[in-house]
Amino acid sequence: MKAIRLKIDGREVTATEGMTILDVAKENGIRIPTLCHLDGLTDVGACRLCLVEVAGQLVTSCTVPARDGMDVRTKSEAIQEHRRTILELLFAEGNHVCSFCVSNGGCELQDLACELGMDSVRVPYAYPRRRVDASHPRFIVDRDRCVLCGRCVRVCEEVEGARTWGFAERGSAALVITDLAVDWGEAESCTSCGKCVEVCPTGAIVRKGASNAEMRKQPELVDRLTQRRARG
Amino acid sequence: MRRRLDVLICSGAACVSSHSEAVRDALRGEMERQGLSDEVRVVETGCMGPCELGPILLVYPDGAFYVRVRPEDVAEIVEEHFRKGRPVDRLLWTDPAARRLAEEKRQIGFFAKQQKIVLSNCGRIDPENIEESIAAGGYEALGIALTERSPEALIAEVKRSGLRGRGGAGFPTGTKWRLVAQAPSATKYVVCNGDEGDPGAFMDRALLEGDPHSVLEGMAIAAFAVGASRGYIYVRAEYPLAVRRLRTALEQARRHGLLGERILETEFSFDIELRIGAGAFVCGEETALIASIEGERGVPRHRPPYPSERGVFGQPTLINNVETWGNIRHVILRGASWFRGIGTERSPGTKVFALSGKVNRTGLVEVPMGTTLRELIFDIGGGIPNGKALKAVQTGGPSGGCIPANRVDTPIDYESLRALGAIMGSGGVIVLDEDNCMVDVARYFLEFTCDESCGTCAPCRAGTRQMRGILERITAGDGDGEDLERLRALAETVRRTSLCGLGQTAPNPILSTLEQFADEYRAHIEERRCPAGVCTALIRYEIASDRCRACDRCRRVCPVEAIAGAPGEGAYVIDVARCIRCGRCRDVCPFAAVEVRSGG
Repeated sequence: MKAIRLKIDGREVTATEGMTILDVAKENGIRIPTLCHLDGLTDVGACRLCLVEVAGQLVTSCTVPARDGMDVRTKSEAIQEHRRTILELLFAEGNHVCSFCVSNGGCELQDLACELGMDSVRVPYAYPRRRVDASHPRFIVDRDRCVLCGRCVRVCEEVEGARTWGFAERGSAALVITDLAVDWGEAESCTSCGKCVEVCPTGAIVRKGASNAEMRKQPELVDRLTQRRARG
Repeated sequence: MRRRLDVLICSGAACVSSHSEAVRDALRGEMERQGLSDEVRVVETGCMGPCELGPILLVYPDGAFYVRVRPEDVAEIVEEHFRKGRPVDRLLWTDPAARRLAEEKRQIGFFAKQQKIVLSNCGRIDPENIEESIAAGGYEALGIALTERSPEALIAEVKRSGLRGRGGAGFPTGTKWRLVAQAPSATKYVVCNGDEGDPGAFMDRALLEGDPHSVLEGMAIAAFAVGASRGYIYVRAEYPLAVRRLRTALEQARRHGLLGERILETEFSFDIELRIGAGAFVCGEETALIASIEGERGVPRHRPPYPSERGVFGQPTLINNVETWGNIRHVILRGASWFRGIGTERSPGTKVFALSGKVNRTGLVEVPMGTTLRELIFDIGGGIPNGKALKAVQTGGPSGGCIPANRVDTPIDYESLRALGAIMGSGGVIVLDEDNCMVDVARYFLEFTCDESCGTCAPCRAGTRQMRGILERITAGDGDGEDLERLRALAETVRRTSLCGLGQTAPNPILSTLEQFADEYRAHIEERRCPAGVCTALIRYEIASDRCRACDRCRRVCPVEAIAGAPGEGAYVIDVARCIRCGRCRDVCPFAAVEVRSGG
């Protein structure tokens, strides 16, 4: 593989062709906030939080390949402001009430709000009333806490091969569904493997029995699993 | 017997909606009855342009142009005109400005400034008869391409012509072709994007309905040039007539050896499949369209990789808009230099526009690039109805912007429209007059994009909803001093960070109206006043006592009994608290005594 050289935040770094900007940043200890990205799954560029600036354009670092001679900025004030705005939009469109949430203290959305210094939400809350589905014997999906990152959909298709999870509707009515929008407990394709629970970044998909702030997840399982599979 | 007359009857969707099929049946019946069927032929064509005047008939060779023909007019036309040679004056086109009767089509101002290239056969031939298409030059360019030109030469010709994508963004077509031609793959696809979804846009529909073979021919030429053997036409299910005519055209082209195996007995094979869209605006975005062709959920994918590298089923894909495809045969037949001679230096050729809104002659027009908006609206469109003043022109639909009346002398091309904060877009032109509220226009388009956002990326899904909410507040009279700043900041984030073109351009209707009509926004917020008298929360209806004749009409139609008065006595009065501002009283008042007031 061809070696390439690029600059990230003024630092000269080397990489191999085919790596994304995010891969290169990670390898060099440069932190870029992400939400829909998860090592081990394909990238879709849905949450837009990993935006970086290349030649005046904002691009998602999780999907854009690093190229020789690229000059990447990951942390201008404008970029941080866009990231904070997007986070606020995410908080306002769902019901993310940390103090009542099983994932309090173990939530990637919460961590991002802390990291980006989001101390208030400047847009009105939508207070949606989306459906909670507790029909599965072991798991619950509370769509009020869903950020539509699509990790559950991807892990179910790409790693488990079940394709239980999918999207339905569009715009702000978009939601994740199981099978053809049946109750999760009735979804025949579900193997109850629980990978969706582990990768869900918020308290949207959780194990039953977890109480306030008790839910902890292991999203890194997916990467270990796919790497082990690749080694055979 | 020798045929004396050809009667062309427009059967575009607009004329069909105004019952052109009943007129056609009446014509055929009447001709049969009068024994003229052998002498006079009735031909159904695609859209002729002046949709608002449908159903329309064009009689050749004399060029008489009949408008708003009803089935009961047919007997008179056949008897007087077809039999006795005396055109029926009362049904001929009358120029709205000059009030002059047009005896022939070529005297009509609506057509005089147009230059029909893409639409040259539209309204002239029967779109369901491939022989008419071939007689009018159809598939000649394909023959030349396959037998006399190399793929490289074809690409070079398109590149030299300067043709740019007519879907709206204006990407150089030849460059796109070259990228796909150079992509290393044995399997490639060409795609026709016919998912026309902008409110007020019907250019693609008209071409697909009126001359589908020109699109098939353009695609076949491109397939030969880039090395594809399969094509898809993606067309909206809401266009059933276009779908039907495309099906017919595909079948006829295959039967004539113009599609399928060994086209025109050369080594080149190519066929086209139809894909019917299920009604999502976002599928006009090329990566969403590709996903939909593949049978996946129609949502956009990140670029890169671009479709020219990885498109349909992961293969290099050439995707062009309907109108772009319609240009190809002309570029190949008449050459790049001829094409460059039309339009402007950086935007050669013509552009098809769908004129709608507050304009006398709504319809489908094709003009050289560089034509001014003034020519488009006043010379071709016949100006603004009811003596109202032009306020703005909206181009580019939900991705576009509003150009204020004082800039209508701007020549239309990709760059000049962008400089004004609007875009060329696919060709929808909505004319707005003094009765249109610009904040309400922005709200309308945001409602549209908010509903049509696919929901994949956070800024578009949640950001369009927030912007819509602010605009709804402002038009309801609940705006506050910081709303404009909030709008600008949200617009900036949505524009710069959204995944696809839908989100990236969704703030344009806000940004352009904020730029050009900031006063109107401020009037809504600071004075709780809607200057155009549109936003119902900010207006009230009053009856001018000096004009009211106490005729009682308004009181009778008021659905909430908000009008008090007795016939023949003093002026009537509207109870503002009870009035729901539906405007029915104003519509029925014969004395224009009902007035809309806003503010102080």
